[in-house]
Amino acid sequence: MSIVLYRVDDRLIHGQVVVGWGQPLEAGFIVLVDDEVRASEWEQDLYRMGVPPHIEVVFASVEEARRRLGAWNADPRSGILLARDIDTFAAIVGDANGLIRRINIGGVHHRDGRSERLRYVYLTDAEANKLRQLAARGIEITAQDVPTARAVPLQEFV
Amino acid sequence: MSEPLRGIVVSHSAVAQSLVAAVAAIAGVEDALLPVSNEGCDERALADRLTAAIGGKPAVLFVDLPGGSCLTGAVRYARGKVDLAVVTGVNLAMLLDFVFHRDVTPAEAARRAAEAGARAIRTPAA
Repeated sequence: MSIVLYRVDDRLIHGQVVVGWGQPLEAGFIVLVDDEVRASEWEQDLYRMGVPPHIEVVFASVEEARRRLGAWNADPRSGILLARDIDTFAAIVGDANGLIRRINIGGVHHRDGRSERLRYVYLTDAEANKLRQLAARGIEITAQDVPTARAVPLQEFV
Repeated sequence: MSEPLRGIVVSHSAVAQSLVAAVAAIAGVEDALLPVSNEGCDERALADRLTAAIGGKPAVLFVDLPGGSCLTGAVRYARGKVDLAVVTGVNLAMLLDFVFHRDVTPAEAARRAAEAGARAIRTPAA
């Protein structure tokens, strides 16, 4: 099945991911790409607590994600790949050889410098530009917090 | 302990508000619990809400799910702080027990609350 959902979500592993998406997608593994979490056993234990035992959780650095993306896509199970920000995806996409065709913006919350684009999407102008650049490479970008919501096309929120 | 512990109920959406209101309605105790929702929060914003609710005093954080952003935020916030303890799987029964047993340490209150909450989960014959 490979990775069926590439998601930007600053909460990383949480209810919407595990239950909202994980159930209908029948996820067998979740890849969490984050250098800080990858370096901390304590953080990893914390994120594992929210995941039922039948779903494997893989913690990867950005560098590891670049190298292992092909292997994850050859996995017979359905997978979800998560990162907390757009920069991480921009870094991975460079080496993805077309493996990433869609990116879901699932939750990017308010910070100084960001403005509201959707109820659950706040972006700086720089982040919005990065999304446009990813779209220009042929990647479909949509915002959708849960599967039952409408997938909002990029041009409607940047 | 000079001042009884406070409980901070941390939840998705308005679950916390409703639980706190229900405790007040049932027990008549209105100063023991405060609700915190994660609505619209990333981790930093949730930490800000926890800081405001806790107010630097000893407390037990009652979290709705044993996983997810409320728990990760609460555990990360409470890490290394002896005057805070975390319980997951909050239910009305554990809160009702807690509000009448607050003259103990946060760790003791959390342990007792967890036991009270677990005892309330049953499958009675209908």
